[in-house]
Amino acid sequence: MKKEEWNEKVKSCEERQVEFTTVSGLPVRVLYTPDDIADIEYDRDLGYPGAFPYVRGVYTNMYRGRLWTMRQFSGFGTARDTNRRYKYLLKHGQTGLSVAFDFPTLYGRDSDDSFSRGEVGKCGVAIDSLRDMEILFRGIPLDRISTSMTINPPAAMLLAMYIAVGEKQGLPPRILTGTIQNDMLKEYQAQKTWIYPPGPSMKIISDILAYCCEHVPKWNTISISGYHIREAGSTALQELAFTLKNGFTYVEHGIKAGLSVDKFAPRLSFFFNAHLDFFEEIAKYRAARRIWARMMREKYNAEDPRSYLMRFHTQTAGCTLTAQQPENNIIRTAYQALSAVLGGTQSLHTNSMDETYALPTEKSAKIALRTQQLLAYESGVANTIDPLGGSYYVESLTNELEKGAYEYFTKIDKMGGVIPAIEKGFFQKEISRSAYSYQKALERKQKYHVGVNVFEEEERPEIEILKISRQVEKVQIQELRKLRKQRNNKRVREKLRMLRKAAEDGESLMPRILDCVREYATIGEMCNTLKEEYGIYHEPIIF
Amino acid sequence: MERFRAVCMNDIKSLLKGDKRVIARIVSAVEDGKGEDLLESIFPHTGRSFHIGITGPPGAGKSTLVTSIAKRLLGCDKKVGIIAVDPSSPFSGGALLGDRIRMTDLALKDNIFIRSMASRGSMGGLAQATKDVALVLDAAGMDYVLIETIGVGQVELDIAQVCDTTIVVLVPESGDSIQAMKAGLLEIADIMVVNKGDREGSERLVSELKFAFEMREKEAGWDLPILKTTAIKDEGIEELVLALESHEKHLTKTGKLEQERKKKLLLRMHELIERRIRVHLQKKVIPENEIKQLMESMYKRQLNPYRVAKKIARRIIRGSR
Amino acid sequence: MRGKIRVLVGKPGLDGHDRGAKVVAAALRDAGMEVIYTGLHQTCESIVEAAVQEDVQVIGLSVLSGAHMTIFPKVLKLLKAKKATDILVIGGGIIPIDDMKKLQRIGVRMLFGPGTPTSEIVDWIRSNTSEPKKPSRRAKRSVKKRVTKKRKK
Ligand SMILES: Nc1nc2c(ncn2[C@@H]2O[C@H](COP(=O)(O)OP(=O)(O)O)[C@@H](O)[C@H]2O)c(=O)[nH]1
Ligand SMILES: [Mg+2]
Repeated sequence: MKKEEWNEKVKSCEERQVEFTTVSGLPVRVLYTPDDIADIEYDRDLGYPGAFPYVRGVYTNMYRGRLWTMRQFSGFGTARDTNRRYKYLLKHGQTGLSVAFDFPTLYGRDSDDSFSRGEVGKCGVAIDSLRDMEILFRGIPLDRISTSMTINPPAAMLLAMYIAVGEKQGLPPRILTGTIQNDMLKEYQAQKTWIYPPGPSMKIISDILAYCCEHVPKWNTISISGYHIREAGSTALQELAFTLKNGFTYVEHGIKAGLSVDKFAPRLSFFFNAHLDFFEEIAKYRAARRIWARMMREKYNAEDPRSYLMRFHTQTAGCTLTAQQPENNIIRTAYQALSAVLGGTQSLHTNSMDETYALPTEKSAKIALRTQQLLAYESGVANTIDPLGGSYYVESLTNELEKGAYEYFTKIDKMGGVIPAIEKGFFQKEISRSAYSYQKALERKQKYHVGVNVFEEEERPEIEILKISRQVEKVQIQELRKLRKQRNNKRVREKLRMLRKAAEDGESLMPRILDCVREYATIGEMCNTLKEEYGIYHEPIIF
Repeated sequence: MERFRAVCMNDIKSLLKGDKRVIARIVSAVEDGKGEDLLESIFPHTGRSFHIGITGPPGAGKSTLVTSIAKRLLGCDKKVGIIAVDPSSPFSGGALLGDRIRMTDLALKDNIFIRSMASRGSMGGLAQATKDVALVLDAAGMDYVLIETIGVGQVELDIAQVCDTTIVVLVPESGDSIQAMKAGLLEIADIMVVNKGDREGSERLVSELKFAFEMREKEAGWDLPILKTTAIKDEGIEELVLALESHEKHLTKTGKLEQERKKKLLLRMHELIERRIRVHLQKKVIPENEIKQLMESMYKRQLNPYRVAKKIARRIIRGSR
Repeated sequence: MRGKIRVLVGKPGLDGHDRGAKVVAAALRDAGMEVIYTGLHQTCESIVEAAVQEDVQVIGLSVLSGAHMTIFPKVLKLLKAKKATDILVIGGGIIPIDDMKKLQRIGVRMLFGPGTPTSEIVDWIRSNTSEPKKPSRRAKRSVKKRVTKKRKK
């Protein structure tokens, strides 16, 4: 049959929907054919795994050599509670740790701060000082695991604490492996955990880059995150474009701070969301790899191939979980995880089914981990590399997303770059508009969410949930008070003063922060000290 | 409505004492156009506060600046009322009012009252009821009432008719559009501020403005101050408040304050008359069936609107005598 | 009856997930309401003060951080102290069913779970703020008080 003939034929068939689009609203045609990828030149545009432009994967034999890291984000209550959960997860085959901090810690506030009331240990583990970090990693040798810490404004402090815990285990910083999120740009755009204005935040990030280049060379210094941008309601394209643009902005700042691009760029990693639309997600990861590689080589003149590699962690989309029919979340998450694996992720977190209610119970956390293990060991999807490469649809979607991303880059450049665009509220506006139009599409049933606007059930099942006792806050505050009595407060004050001075003089903060940490200064004390110098951020209000 | 009447008549005393809940209720009544009786009873208690308008393009930092000014005035033991106007959606009539975000800490202080208003279809930068709401705050004992306009970009002229002093806020980025607005700005600005002084180009804009407005006196004896501020850091606010004070002094000394306020009252009276006539016109003067006929005849060119208007107006005037 | 429904949408506490709050705020605006949006990281005190000065009929709070059992009771307490208990408090977020029941018992009027269509929130606000039929809101309130008193005994 000729294409024209088939085209005519399919036009006369009735369709079950008025319009077919991806979750993000990109139009989807009824069929894709070789014509759609006629422009692709294999060596130039796809290449081989582990070779430029890395569309098919960043490593030569990908999962045939080593599976992705199964890294479940977790943390709750006190350091003691979380330490127990970590040991449980490691025992069940998890291969890396990922620390979730509670809100006060994320905002650089101590557990006894008035703002922390009711939030201590609720959504993650409460950490006030090195004392808590020592307990968190008790019995876990830091040379045998890698640890990812989701922490942003106080990233330097938590990294310093991790280094200090290593020292106490007799390990030099140079062998530590792990990641701090340390991605402030997406905080201003989407996640909204900030303390200082963008200028000082970028300065601290540059300090961390420089310090790690020299002393902690195996540490991933920034995990440039699209995850939160997506969770805040962006489309896949916006996630892709904003995240990469943020990445380039860090590269520019590193270069401006006098670092050579090949020295720090290999330690930048990424973090993406695995959302509902299966193929769109796969195309997003593939496009991201190509854009990063090309821009790093052509625009930023990186020469070390490791600077071209876009390595990324993926988490399935928390915002797609439903409180209704929670068991469905297991299946939803499985599809999302599959997209991440087919997209070539380096590590993966799969959400637990009960996360719209509270933090996961041990049982649901285990099912989530098993979901990954099923993919890795049963499904066969990890046996060959990029099995969807060459798919007419996936390749054409990859191209489309790439093109859209470049259009966003131009737009942002016209505004003077990422930071001026943040100050104008550009990203915030783009994201909340997408979120609102998605919500409207759901309410008009142009998009479906099973259990929410289609196949609804009246009854809500009672499911077992993990409760954080109010006791946690009390205990944590007591411990903190005890610590403040026991430590050498004269030395603490002295070290804090020197931190302030380093901030004033524009010197690197990392060594000063390490000094404070070793004296058991709290995160709140350090952040407040810097606040005096840097001021606090107010966001522009835009709807 | 009963609810308001009940609250308000009993509580004029509480209003005068500055009870925030009562102020808030009365403001709502006034906003909803149900406060005329109330306004009558509070009017004798007004005329004591000084009204300051803040206008300028969106994102110029008006809300931030208002917050800084208010902080300083509170520091001098003054009572401060703030009205911040944001646009209503022309489609739904709803509104998202976000100016308050800058001011939340301030709102907890004793001597302050902050109110967001939606424009509710009115053009010109203010809501129709803004003047009356300002009166309510005046009666509530505020020494100063700061009014932030919508800030849609073009010059918003209404503000000058409500306020004793008008501040126009510009930012370095608005440099290009100034030529176009020059005349309008000059008409309303008593003080001009270049905010975001921490940004590149602020110095240049200040000198451009000084050059552009040099030699042009809006009124005798008042040199238009052109000041630089960085509202997020509270920089330049002291100078701004000093300029406000000296404008106030200038107005008082020259008798302009009294003169202008009298003019404004007259204007207000005219407005109210017009409004009454409009309401009257819509409701009673022309019966429904006559309207239909009139439209029909005008459409067919049997009658013309000029003549019809003349006739009906005559009828109204005669009728009201 | 009031001319316009005024609603305060607030995000108390530390969590920065304002997607839900913003979507709801936009939906209420598109339903013709005036929405005072207080932004992120608000204290309960500043939310209640804003609600009083803005004379809203409804306070809607979005809490996703797990601090709901601290925040809602505090807001209710502060409203009581300001004699502003006629302002309805509603909320949304990740709130386990047990906690929902508890909060509704102490006076939170309505809690919307994740996935609630915004139209449902709009309808709820409309039907709970209009006071066309007798008894008036004031009367209703006193009836309710009597009932709860009885229950206590
Ligand atoms: N850099 C800088 N930003 C400012 C200054 N004043 C206000 N802003 C920021 O400008 C944005 C808009 O301020 P806002 O007061 O809401 O402006 P409005 O729309 O005119 O009321 C906010 O993000 C403020 O933090 C300033 O002096 N310098
Ligand atoms: Mg404003």
